Amino acid sequence: MTDIKVNTAPVLGADKKAGGHLLEVENLHVEFRTRDGIAKVINGVSYHVDAGETLAVLGESGSGKSVTAQTIMGILDTPPGFVTGGSIRFRGKDLLTMPKDERRLVRGEGIAMVFQDALSALNPVFTVGFQISELFRKRRGMSRADGMKRAVELLDQVKIPAAKTRIKDYPHQFSGGMRQRVMIAMSLALDPEILIADEPTTALDVTVQAQIMDLLAEIRRERNMGMILITHDLGVVADVADRIAVMYAGRIVEQADVHSLYAKPCHPYTMALLDSLPRLDLKGQELNTIKGLPPNLMRIPSGCAFHPRCSMVRDICRSERPALLPIGNRASACHFAEELVGRE
Amino acid sequence: MSSPEVATATSPTEPPAAPVTPAAAEPAPRKEKSRGLWSDAWYELRRKPLFVVSAILIAFFVLMAAFPQLFSSVDPGYKDLNRSLTPPDFGAWFQFGQGGQFGYDVQGQDIYARVIYGARASIVVGVCAVLGNMLLGGFFGILSGYLGGWIDSVLARFGDVFLGLPFVLGALVILSTFAPVQSNPSAFRITSLVILTFIALGWPSFARIMRAAVLSTKQLDYVHAAKALGAKPGRIIFRHVLPNAVAPMVVVGTITLGGYIGAEATLSFLGVGLREPVVSWGIMIGDSRQYMEPAPYMMAFPAAFLVIAVLSFVMLGDAVRDALDPKLR
Amino acid sequence: MGRYALRRLLQAIPVFIGSTFLIWFLVWGLPGDPFAGRCGERKCPDAYVTYMTDKFNLDEPLYVQYLIYLKNLLTGNFGQTFNGTEIGDLLAQAFPISIKLALVAVVAEALIGITAGVLTGLRRGSFIDNLVLVSTLVLIAVPIFVIGLVARYALGLSSVSPDAPFVELIIPGIILASGSMAYITRLTRVNLVENRRADYVRTAVAKGLTPSRVTGVHLLRNSMIPVVTWLGLDLGALMGGAIVTEGIFNIRGIGGLLFGAISRRESGIVVSIVAILVLVYLIVNLLVDLLYGVLDPRIRYE
Repeated sequence: MTDIKVNTAPVLGADKKAGGHLLEVENLHVEFRTRDGIAKVINGVSYHVDAGETLAVLGESGSGKSVTAQTIMGILDTPPGFVTGGSIRFRGKDLLTMPKDERRLVRGEGIAMVFQDALSALNPVFTVGFQISELFRKRRGMSRADGMKRAVELLDQVKIPAAKTRIKDYPHQFSGGMRQRVMIAMSLALDPEILIADEPTTALDVTVQAQIMDLLAEIRRERNMGMILITHDLGVVADVADRIAVMYAGRIVEQADVHSLYAKPCHPYTMALLDSLPRLDLKGQELNTIKGLPPNLMRIPSGCAFHPRCSMVRDICRSERPALLPIGNRASACHFAEELVGRE
Repeated sequence: MSSPEVATATSPTEPPAAPVTPAAAEPAPRKEKSRGLWSDAWYELRRKPLFVVSAILIAFFVLMAAFPQLFSSVDPGYKDLNRSLTPPDFGAWFQFGQGGQFGYDVQGQDIYARVIYGARASIVVGVCAVLGNMLLGGFFGILSGYLGGWIDSVLARFGDVFLGLPFVLGALVILSTFAPVQSNPSAFRITSLVILTFIALGWPSFARIMRAAVLSTKQLDYVHAAKALGAKPGRIIFRHVLPNAVAPMVVVGTITLGGYIGAEATLSFLGVGLREPVVSWGIMIGDSRQYMEPAPYMMAFPAAFLVIAVLSFVMLGDAVRDALDPKLR
Repeated sequence: MGRYALRRLLQAIPVFIGSTFLIWFLVWGLPGDPFAGRCGERKCPDAYVTYMTDKFNLDEPLYVQYLIYLKNLLTGNFGQTFNGTEIGDLLAQAFPISIKLALVAVVAEALIGITAGVLTGLRRGSFIDNLVLVSTLVLIAVPIFVIGLVARYALGLSSVSPDAPFVELIIPGIILASGSMAYITRLTRVNLVENRRADYVRTAVAKGLTPSRVTGVHLLRNSMIPVVTWLGLDLGALMGGAIVTEGIFNIRGIGGLLFGAISRRESGIVVSIVAILVLVYLIVNLLVDLLYGVLDPRIRYE
């Protein structure tokens, strides 16, 4: 709250439809008030998504990527979490100031969410059929039988074999991948315009991860939805995302389209992330890791929050926080962004 | 970082100092966390009013049980029918050596003195029964947890036999067998009988706690390691198992103690528990039944003491459990 | 599930035999003259002793006596009292009344306990929450006979009529349930508080369901599992625990019957009642275990 320098830099693609994005998060601030002190989890995040595009939000755990998503969905645990500033506009209307009932109707129908761990996110004591058809019954006023029929169709769509019989099963009777498919089917029930997928593959086996990502990409394309894909896994992002926002300590530090970002990262943190990926051409070499730990959100370092771990750190980084400034068709929050863009 | 204003502590609300506080205060709780379960629990407990109040009350009751003379110089067994059903005398509080603060019962016995002396029976029965339970239950629990196999199964079924009997009912049958309703056993005999009855019916619960502690401890890596290094079972039990079992034992023991004080009073009230010449709150309440209308104080005072005593132990156990179980905090 | 039930049933048999034998032994088996005091101050006439000894198989070895008793018990023959009344008849009169009382108590504790638990669980840390928590401690701590005596005196209640209509059992039932009620409140509260932050509750919110449906269906359904099973167990326990309440309100249930039998040393009645209560306890335990599996689909029985 003592922040004076607020990040108001225009974000990418703002020229596309002036001010008319489907979902627009602007200058969002969230803090967690705990017994040990106040943790500033999100410090001025802005991004937007339009129909038919996928925004990947990338970052370590604790970077605030999931909390942003929870705030958009309105499922932030309050207390300890409090929104202290900013707006989230869906179809031009601010979700944060909207009446509770109106906002409730946006959930599921306007914006839906796929959670990381389907085993705990699905209610263990109800059949998956009940949990999916519940949406049709309570939100669409359908009968129990019609709801079940629609639920079977949805399970078919997400390619669950023998959907008709599996509808009567409980979540624990599915395998991890199938369970995540159920989760996805449930989120699609009310034909949302935006789907938020919060680490949808993290809890899964590597072999299944690709299948789930393909499914998500396919569904997004078919339905022309907007998608926010939250992940800490750079590998997952490359094939699916259109744009990438990299988060660190509750701020976006770099934003670019997927090709530019991979080709030439313009923030030392993104560079470090890419460096830490295993690469085929460097087989046999030791993997690079980012030195140090993610910052304690109760004591975010002065200046650039990344400076204690940055390999390019200079004096200005310790005293002045760099704003997220556009450079061409991308944006970076580094004092030396121009140099990084201009390299090679 | 630290401004001189803060050092002099003249302006605690000074704005510039405020942002420093959370950061400066942060290392403090860290230190506490490393102090271990018991010191952490103690730290937590001292701040709980419920705990402090119940601990003080229990200290009072224990003092009463040990040295009743400190509280009353009147003989609780002395009968004077001339004083029968005399109401409480408030003035007696200010005259040393005088009785009748709580009035006199039908037989002209001093209710205040009897209420004070009644604490002894409750505390002795409660404490002895719980200690006995811990020893017997603990022993069988270690046996079944450590040996496992058929011994475990047999002991489990054997314990079920006692747990299957409803508590009051089982106690009723046992007590009335060894001390029939109309008989007049000596104070020592009937007191020990009540204690033994409680142990007989209660030990399986404590055995279950100990068995669970043994089983969970057995899974721990360092216990495997100790075993592999050739540590003897006795050493493993004393060094690893018992420390793990102490916390749940203490919690359940404290709450059970409160329950036993209530149960003793209930059985004495029914006429199968303690009886004359033992002074017990339960007997006093039982005796008061016919005189509720003319002399409600005959029941009110022993009932109040009984309720406060049970409540103190239950509250204490509750507070200790909350302190030892961070999940419920 | 069938195999599990069968195994549990087999495990219950030795417990049943053990418990009944224990009580039977205490009542019949201990050395001593079973007829002492039966015939007033004098020693009983030999003819009476011979007749009684024969009637109760007292000259057989102990284990034979027990086996005969067990056989009779399992065929529904509870035997006779010393003066020849059929024990079965006495039980048939007393048991329905105690069952009624236990039912009233369970309904009372479910209604009041769950309501209080939900209220406090949803408003954790509020004034109501603390008030209810302290009240539950008091309810748990005050022995039933104290509550009963005070209530009877304060409300000026008379004894319950011999046929014990439901209306007259309401107050005794609530008093009988007081301790369990407090426990149910705490159990409900703890479960609600624990499950409130569960991921599936968050999912339900994200589905855009109304708050009442999120709490009433998704949260409550999960939180009620341990509560319902505990209520089941309590139904069995309350029947045996009613002796004090029945005594205070002069309800002619098994509690009163048992207490009278103990003072008159009617051994046959004592053993029969205990045997039935143990049986009820074991069966209820088994049923509750199976119920748990129905309520929580994750439980699997090997």
